[in-house]
Amino acid sequence: MTKEQIKDTILKIIAQIIPDEDLSNLKDDIPIREQVELDSMDFLDIIMELRKRYGIEVPEDDYIQLATLDSSVAYLEPRMREL
Amino acid sequence: MAARKANEARIVITGVGLTAPNGNNLAEFRKNLLAGKSGIQKFKIRYMGEVLAGICHFDPLKYQKKKELRRGTRAGSIAIYCAQEAIADAKLDLDGLDKSRTGVYLGITEHGTVETENEIYEIKQFDYNVKYWSHHHNPRVVANNPAGEVTLNLGITGPHYTLGAACAGGNIGLIQGLQMLLLNEVDLALSGGVSESTSSFGIFAGFKSEGALASHPDPEKACRPFDKDRNGVVVSEGGCIFVLERLSDALKRGAKIYSEIVGYAINSDATDFIFPSAERQVECMKLALNKVGISPGDIDIINTHGTGTTEGDPVECQAIREVFGEYPHAYLNNTKSFVGHTMGAAGALELAGNLPSFEDYIVHPTINLDHLDPECPLNNLVINEPKKIDKVDYILNNSFGMLGINSVVIVKRFEE
Repeated sequence: MTKEQIKDTILKIIAQIIPDEDLSNLKDDIPIREQVELDSMDFLDIIMELRKRYGIEVPEDDYIQLATLDSSVAYLEPRMREL
Repeated sequence: MAARKANEARIVITGVGLTAPNGNNLAEFRKNLLAGKSGIQKFKIRYMGEVLAGICHFDPLKYQKKKELRRGTRAGSIAIYCAQEAIADAKLDLDGLDKSRTGVYLGITEHGTVETENEIYEIKQFDYNVKYWSHHHNPRVVANNPAGEVTLNLGITGPHYTLGAACAGGNIGLIQGLQMLLLNEVDLALSGGVSESTSSFGIFAGFKSEGALASHPDPEKACRPFDKDRNGVVVSEGGCIFVLERLSDALKRGAKIYSEIVGYAINSDATDFIFPSAERQVECMKLALNKVGISPGDIDIINTHGTGTTEGDPVECQAIREVFGEYPHAYLNNTKSFVGHTMGAAGALELAGNLPSFEDYIVHPTINLDHLDPECPLNNLVINEPKKIDKVDYILNNSFGMLGINSVVIVKRFEE
């Protein structure tokens, strides 16, 4: 996957988890949880979807890496590059 | 007659919210009960294939966001819809409500089976690796879930819990609300019952294994209480929540009063897991009548529990004959013949369907009764067509459940 495809994938997962939110103006460099209503259980849904769809394990210590879209792409790129 | 009670000790129904396989509010439900319109359909469920079921068609997005639907349970969603509709029907201003003095008391037959089945199905795709088990599982399956979802949706901060009482659940939710009002624990009770049973293959499979799952080429004719050709239960989902208030409060705010709950009783067979006991059903009906201080001859309508099973229906008929045999005045009907067995909702939903009789003096019928089983003779059973009657002052509602739990509720035409 390219970085663009990874970002697209993350956005699709988020859209499924918080279907009432408008994600079209989501800024890449601001924490996602500051921009839309996404609580800790929703965040765990993102982790679960990455596990189920792509077999990616995100250890708890790394959750912070998924704060913004930019940091998520940077963190996931080495793990999703070959997908 | 019993001594007259103070208005603070009289509990009345001032709002009704419901969803049934043949109606999403009381007016629609009643219209279909009088028109003989069933709500049973063909339905596909995991592992079982095609079954017959009663599915509700309310719009869950009327009161919930998509995310709430994804996160919560079907029972929670049914409960939220019914609670919101009941509050609107009672013309209560949600913002003006003292939410710390409002309680939510919902009867359930079961809860958690649907969600557990779904999770096991999900992890099966991952070779049963439990790291794929959802973090939403526990809040979904805790037994208070349907009532708790109502409090989250409505911002209610008073007590909430469910009452597990098998198929007597709906009546028992109602009784609990009444008791909490009498104890002055709350000022408003959202009471009734809900069921999401049609989302659980295990419930269908369980009845099938018992030899008690109804089948018929025409889904709408499958639920046939008291008919010679009945062959079991039609599993349905549904919900019904009443707004209950002390009469003094209801009068103060000029509320529309559907009826007064004047009597109730709950007892246990202590005999069998499944098979009912006529002796204890008799006792339960008599306990409720004694609580009101009236004789069986004062009851005008009896809404039977009859589920359409070979074994269960004759037992209730025997019990009714024993209590009402010398007083052949009451008319009898059955609501499951239309909507199937809505499990935890049944007691409340079936009572709701009969409340309009206080106004229109019509008894809705029992449908699908082509050949009355000689084992089920009953006086004044209203068969296939509604019946206009002269007097409706008292309605008695039977609801019985597995493990031998019996419940009876008696409501009275409201008079100051």
